[in-house]
Amino acid sequence: MMLDCALKTEKLNLYYGAFHGLKDVDFCVYRNAITALIGPSGCGKSTLLRCFNRMNDLIDDVKVTGSIFVNDRPIDSIDIIELRKNIGMVFQRPNPFPFSVQDNLLYGLRVHGIPKRQHAEIVERCLKSVDLWDDLKDKRHTSAMNLSEEMKQRLCIARLLTVEPQIILLDEPCSALDPIATLRIEELMIELKKDYTILIVTHNMQQAARVSDHTGFMLLGDLIEFGDTSKIFTAPSDNRTDGYITGRFG
Amino acid sequence: MRINPRLIDKLVSRTLSMQAYFTVGILVIIVFIIFVKGISNCGLSFMLTYPEDMGRHGGIFPAIIGTLFLVALSILFATPLGIGTAIYLTEYTKESRFTSIIRFGVESLAGIPSIIYGLFGFIFFVIKLGMGWSLLAGAFTMTIMILPTIIRTSEEAIKAVPKNLRIVSHSLGATKWETTVKVVLPSAAPGILTGIMLSIGRAVGETAAVIFTMGSSLRLPTSLMDSGRTMAVHFYILAREGISMEKAYATALVLVVSILAINILAYYTMNKVTSKYS
Repeated sequence: MMLDCALKTEKLNLYYGAFHGLKDVDFCVYRNAITALIGPSGCGKSTLLRCFNRMNDLIDDVKVTGSIFVNDRPIDSIDIIELRKNIGMVFQRPNPFPFSVQDNLLYGLRVHGIPKRQHAEIVERCLKSVDLWDDLKDKRHTSAMNLSEEMKQRLCIARLLTVEPQIILLDEPCSALDPIATLRIEELMIELKKDYTILIVTHNMQQAARVSDHTGFMLLGDLIEFGDTSKIFTAPSDNRTDGYITGRFG
Repeated sequence: MRINPRLIDKLVSRTLSMQAYFTVGILVIIVFIIFVKGISNCGLSFMLTYPEDMGRHGGIFPAIIGTLFLVALSILFATPLGIGTAIYLTEYTKESRFTSIIRFGVESLAGIPSIIYGLFGFIFFVIKLGMGWSLLAGAFTMTIMILPTIIRTSEEAIKAVPKNLRIVSHSLGATKWETTVKVVLPSAAPGILTGIMLSIGRAVGETAAVIFTMGSSLRLPTSLMDSGRTMAVHFYILAREGISMEKAYATALVLVVSILAINILAYYTMNKVTSKYS
C-alpha cells in the first residue's frame, strides 16, 4: 500500500549564511502517523521541522533550495498565514502567553477571525482533547503562568488545536518536563494521532521508540536513514544509525 | 593590620541603610514643610474658586483646570507618537546606523534643558505658527519634551518581552502587526505605563517651558487657543513676585498631593495589571 505524505521534501538544502544546515534531504511525514526525527544536537532536525511552517523565515540570512510539499502542494504556493494555521507547532519550553488561560486559547481564534459564538465550544473541545478540561474549566480566567510546566505544555497544545490544524510539529516538547509528565504527553500524542499528522523532534531515543511509527535519523545535516521505527531501532541499515541508537555517540 | 571583614560588613550595611533613610528623609521633610505651610490656606474652596487680585486672594480653580488640560493633551499627543516610535525601533527595523542615529536623537532630546524647549515652542508654535500663548502651543511643546521619556521606557518595556512569545504568535498564523498589538504591547503595558506616569509628573511640574508657550493668564481656559496657567506656573509667579507666600504654599500642597496621588494610582493599576498576567 502506498502511504501518502502530508509533508514531503525533495533535495532540500538549507544554509545559515555559509553554514550548510540541511544537505539534500528527502523526507516524508506520513498522514495520521507519528514521525520522529532523532540525532545529536546540531544535526539539523529542528531546522528541518521548522522548514514546514516556515519558521526559519524569521531568522536572517537563511537560504533554502529544493522543494517542500504540504499535502502535495509546493509550500511557496501556500499563503503563509494559511500554512501556519494548518501546521501547528509546539516548542521546547512551554510558552503560554502571559494572559489568562481563556485568552491563550482565544488568541488563535481572534487572529483568524473565528466568530465569537463558536469560541466557548472550541475552547471546551480543545481543553478536553488535551485532558485539561476538568482541571481548568473553573480556572479559565486565572493566569496561564501559574500552571505547572506540564499543564502549560498541554495548554500550548490546546492553543494550537483551536485553529484546527491538520499537522502538528513538536520540537522536543518534553525536554522541560519530568518523566511522569513526559509519559503523559506521549499518551496524548498517541491520542492525537487519530486526528492529526504529527512530526516530533526528540533527543530522547526511548521516546521516539515509544511513540513514533516512522523515524528519521539525522547527522550533520544529512538524513542518514528513514524508515519504520521498529526497523530503525532493531535493524538499522546504516552503521552510524546503529552507533547512535546503541549509544556509541550522541 | 587587617581590619575585621565582619566589622566592614557591618559598617557598610549601616552606611547604606543611612543613605537610603537620608533619601526618604528629604522627601518626607519637603512634603512635611509644604503640608505645614500650605494646609491652613488649602481646602475644597481653595481648589474650586477663582483667584482674585493676581492670586493674593481666592483659589486656584483655573490653574487646576489648566494643568489638567495641558497634561491630558500632551499625553494624548505624545503617547501614540512615542509608542509608535518605540515599536518601529524594536519590531520593525533591524539595528543599523539609521536606528542608532534615531536613538542618539532621542537621547539628545532628553538632555535638553526645559527652558530651551520653551524658547523653541515660543518661536515655533507661538510666533511662527501663530498659535499665540495657548493651551495648544503649550501642549505641543510639552509633547516634544516628554516624548523621549515615553520612547525610551516603551522601548525598554517592548525589548523585555520574551522573543519566544513573538515566535509562538507567528506559529499560530498571526501577522507581525497582530503579534505586536495582541502580544507584545499587552505584555509591555506595565513598563509603558511607567513611562507615561513619569511623563505626567514631568508635565505637571514644568514651569519654564509652559510660561513661554501657554502664557500665564489667570482666566479659565475654555478653548485650545486660550492662554492659561498651570499650578506650577501659578506657584512660581506667586512666590517669585512676592504676591502671597501662603497661597503659593497652598498651591504647592495641591500640586504635591496630586503628583503623589498619580504615583499611587499608577502603582496600584500596574500591580493589578501585572498580577493578572504573571
